[in-house]
Amino acid sequence: MKDNLVSILKTKKSTIVKKWFELVVNSYPPDTASFLKGQKDQFANPVGHTTKKGLEAVFDEVVSGMDRDTIVAFLDPIIRIRAVQDFTPSQAVGFILDLKFVIREKLKKELKSAPVQAGLAEIDANIDRLCLIGFDIFVICREAIYQLKVSTERDKIYKAFSRAGLVTEISENGPGSPGA
Amino acid sequence: MSDLSKSDEYYSAIDHKPPKPTGWMDTPVNLRKGIYCHSANPKSLDYVGMPNARKFDPTAEDWLLPDNWQEIIHKGFKERLDKFRSLKVFMDICVRCGACADKCHYYIGTGDPKNMPVLRAELLRSVYRNDFTKLGKILGKVNGARPMTLDVLKEWWYYLFQCSQCRRCSVFCPYGIDTAEITLLGRELLNLLGLNIDWIATPVANCYRTGNHLGIQPHAFKDMLDFFVEDIEEMSSLQLEPQFNKKGADILFITPSGDVFADPGTYSCMGYLMLFHYLKEKYGLDVTWSTYGSEGGNFGFFTSHEMMKRLNSKMYMEAKRLGVKWILGGECGHMWRVIHQYMDTMNGPADFLEEPVNPITGTKFENAKSTKMVHIIEFTADLIKHGKLDLDPSRNDHLSVTFHDSCNPSRGMGMFEEPRYVIKNVCNNFYDMPANTIREQTFCCGSGAGLNAGEDMELRMAGGLPRANAVKHVHEKHGVNMLANICAVDRAALPDLMNYWVPGVDVTGVHELVANALVIPGQNSRPTDMRGEDIPGLELEEEEDTDE
Repeated sequence: MKDNLVSILKTKKSTIVKKWFELVVNSYPPDTASFLKGQKDQFANPVGHTTKKGLEAVFDEVVSGMDRDTIVAFLDPIIRIRAVQDFTPSQAVGFILDLKFVIREKLKKELKSAPVQAGLAEIDANIDRLCLIGFDIFVICREAIYQLKVSTERDKIYKAFSRAGLVTEISENGPGSPGA
Repeated sequence: MSDLSKSDEYYSAIDHKPPKPTGWMDTPVNLRKGIYCHSANPKSLDYVGMPNARKFDPTAEDWLLPDNWQEIIHKGFKERLDKFRSLKVFMDICVRCGACADKCHYYIGTGDPKNMPVLRAELLRSVYRNDFTKLGKILGKVNGARPMTLDVLKEWWYYLFQCSQCRRCSVFCPYGIDTAEITLLGRELLNLLGLNIDWIATPVANCYRTGNHLGIQPHAFKDMLDFFVEDIEEMSSLQLEPQFNKKGADILFITPSGDVFADPGTYSCMGYLMLFHYLKEKYGLDVTWSTYGSEGGNFGFFTSHEMMKRLNSKMYMEAKRLGVKWILGGECGHMWRVIHQYMDTMNGPADFLEEPVNPITGTKFENAKSTKMVHIIEFTADLIKHGKLDLDPSRNDHLSVTFHDSCNPSRGMGMFEEPRYVIKNVCNNFYDMPANTIREQTFCCGSGAGLNAGEDMELRMAGGLPRANAVKHVHEKHGVNMLANICAVDRAALPDLMNYWVPGVDVTGVHELVANALVIPGQNSRPTDMRGEDIPGLELEEEEDTDE
């Protein structure tokens, strides 16, 4: 059992996720990073709470599962936040790849064993898949923002036309009928 | 592709060590698209006599400032320090304890340290120390002082328009420093250089000219309300006859123009019309609308004290012209902070009006004794308390409702119970959000104080995150599908916020819910709600009736 990477990752979950979380919050300015780590109330600190909860759940999927729906349910809230914050696209999703670094750092000793190391390629591939899902989510979020901007402008123009009496709606009876 | 970094640059940038902290003064301002709003249209500034009107590009190096701009800021600062003791106190008294630091929704959502209220205020304080304190002059940076430079000015502009003057930080400040006041005065100084944003400046000019933010002329304003009357007749068979500009009416009703022109506020506007019709038929209530005093909102509040005063006076001048007894105001946010906290010393007391008394219940609205203006939520709560409304809350059973305390009516005037009392009487399913996100600790919608534009959507979404996060909680826990509020900016801003963070939750004014539940003599079975959507159960009764 001790030569199995998956079981080692399961045992060391809290250490690994803790470090991963630390790296993610360190992508914010130092003052903000300490706030995100320190404030435990989920409503006072939605960014920290959402990130922590999401990383824990996503880690489980990387280790065993890779169920897309579960991944999206927990990864979406994290990336949704980063998609409106001061990050480049690569920074917004790049934190996912940090997990590779964390696993290597925290399992230095264990990875010296060949059977354990053999399992690493699969875990790395899962992290790559996770990153691609993250990329999809990021684009969906950005599209949502642009859609909101477009709708705002479209409504503004429609309302201006409407107020100027330039909009006539088609009658319920169809075009050409009285009242149309 | 030339915008993308080369792969070796990208990989060398990967670093797992936290960045080295830099002092806030040494962190340059970086104007990010999606965070700031368009600069003010010069015509709008000119119209109300604001100085230095010109078009400028916020991202350009040169902001086309007048040559003596530093002198203008210095003199303006000095004048305001002499005029407003509060500003002087707020500049001197802060001990930088940090109690406010993590309470701002913009800080929580953006993670940008300069959005900590203490640091946002420090942007001004540093210049204050440099220009007006001995220690600051001698010790300079050691004392937290710095001279006013173009970079500092840009920093002021960027961050003072990332504050919605919601005052959540003030709740936690042991000294009671009102950061909203600091923002207001900071914006006032920026306005001396023509540095307003258009989302504020144009509504101000429109309101000054036609009486409302959108620049709607009187006949078009009446047309819109006439459309509502037609819609109401279609859905309820009721024939309403609202009064306009009626001299000698008992009460003048003024609501934010957003209620007249933007969904979902329009449904609450129809709600007001139906409530007034009910009260007229049953108790003879005499209310008039005005096509001139057609704006409750006051974007002057986001510009300068003087502009706030000028726009506020229009409502009272109209009340005087019509000779009404008192003013009833619609569901609005900052309009009420202006009335409750500033009106009395700006334009008041409104001695030419009577102390407001509900003619139906006899209740004296003591809190409005001097301003003579009553919030409709108090008025309706009073009617319900005295059993004057015939209500069927089951007509809202398809809705699970939560209530967002709008910053100004809640923190600004302590109105916590009235809206909840009304909602609980017209809805059977009500669930409050967690305690540290409501009432005096409510989180702003993220779009207040003139920041409800389209171009700053990223700021609005990040700033609205704490609010949306609490809504998401009750949505998942209790199946909440309707977010009620009593503010026109909320009704305009929260649908976008829900769309991004909590799809499946819609937004409503409280009087839309009241109108849904109100049983009005002469109405048909009203199988639809105010949005024309079938009320589950009622459409069935209709079919059964037809079968019989």
